[in-house]
Amino acid sequence: VAGLGAKPSRWSTDEPPTAYEHITSYNNFYEFGTGKEDPAREAHRLTIDPWSVRIDGLVERPGTYDLGDLLKGVTLEERIYRFRCVEAWSAVIPWVGFELRDLLNRVGVSPSAKYVAFETLLRPEEMPGTRRRVLDWPYREGLRLDEAMHPLTILATGLYDEPLPKQNGAPIRLVVPWKYGFKSIKSIVRITLTDTQPYCTWNQANPREYGFYSNVNPNVDHPRWSQATERRIGEGLFARRRPTLMFNGYEKEVAGLYAGMDLRKFY
Amino acid sequence: MGRIVDLTNRALRRVAPSVLYVLAPLPAGWWLWQGFTGGLGAEPIRALEQRLGEAGLQLLIAVLAVTPLRRYLGLNLLRFRRALALVGFFYICLHLLAWLALDMNLLWGQIFADIARRPYITVGMLGFVLMVPLALTSSDRAIRRLGPAQWRRLHRLAYPAVLLGACHYLLLVKGWQWEPVIYLAATCVLLALRLETGAGGRRRSAQ
Repeated sequence: VAGLGAKPSRWSTDEPPTAYEHITSYNNFYEFGTGKEDPAREAHRLTIDPWSVRIDGLVERPGTYDLGDLLKGVTLEERIYRFRCVEAWSAVIPWVGFELRDLLNRVGVSPSAKYVAFETLLRPEEMPGTRRRVLDWPYREGLRLDEAMHPLTILATGLYDEPLPKQNGAPIRLVVPWKYGFKSIKSIVRITLTDTQPYCTWNQANPREYGFYSNVNPNVDHPRWSQATERRIGEGLFARRRPTLMFNGYEKEVAGLYAGMDLRKFY
Repeated sequence: MGRIVDLTNRALRRVAPSVLYVLAPLPAGWWLWQGFTGGLGAEPIRALEQRLGEAGLQLLIAVLAVTPLRRYLGLNLLRFRRALALVGFFYICLHLLAWLALDMNLLWGQIFADIARRPYITVGMLGFVLMVPLALTSSDRAIRRLGPAQWRRLHRLAYPAVLLGACHYLLLVKGWQWEPVIYLAATCVLLALRLETGAGGRRRSAQ
């Protein structure tokens, strides 16, 4: 496969990336089933070409954009990020993508916008998991505008310098490395700029367990399990737990976004 | 239906229950081998833990099914019940061991904190604790020593133990997933049948 030719980035970690095989076989993508192996088995049904993204709400140039047009002129970078799931497992993933703020600047954010809402495709004939109401489909997530504009926040279209596999959220997904993985919404079909805090699927399903912010935080436990430690996937039967880092190790870069906020309250 | 049950009963009469002690642990050995050789995927610890726990729960639900199967279908698995229960307990022990050693790396501080604070772990651990006296009094000698009436009373702990096991599964998953719901529903149905047959049994003996 011809590589995407993504440029290296100063935002990448130098930790060794998790094997491609593990990143692409151990996924939470409930649209294809709740088992970790379900997405790798079922996601081949998904049609990702043609693909368009509707951008609406408080933007200057709303519209339904073809994916090709959205990607025209963007410089793809490789971003090797730590990835921390709310279920206390983690990985190191070499994403390929571009900064979300590049796109937001191109479509023009209205001064009154405060949040960005995202929506995943809902196409039951290709997504067997959506035929049952495990969650309130379509899957939706959201960020505060300053979080969305942060240079660490990217839209990913590739993995290991190849196009993104379907089970990982092809053709385009969000990656917010300092938040629990479920915030990094997959297979995006809609981006809406709003002035009110957007509906977020897990947050609505169980507000006590999944906050709007869901920043990785070893000091604030999930009500049902500790978030103090995590286990890297792909390290075998004798993998040791490792301490979870504040903001998943991106504290220096993002702590300022939450200055003065009680992170126990805004979890 | 009756003919199939008769044939099954007759065939099973020729099988020694001890066969279960040999056969039932084989999957555990196979999963462990897969775990060592990369066959359990990206998260072998969690995979092993879940398979052991699920197998244990399946065996214990099978134990609860023995009496209703005999009463309603005439299928006689009574001779296998003790072996099923002990093998089920064996799987739950392995599940617990996998959690303590592989998953939690024997970090006792976090382990005890989790047992005390995480309802799904509290509930699972309670179910395990209830099973310990049952496993310890599973021999013929223990039945003789306790006397059948007292032994039977003690072994009613199996009902809450399996129920707690099924709740443990339901409480640990994210969202509404169907597997744990089915296990819990099966457990509840089997326990409800038992309550009914218990009352019916007393009525019958009074007649």
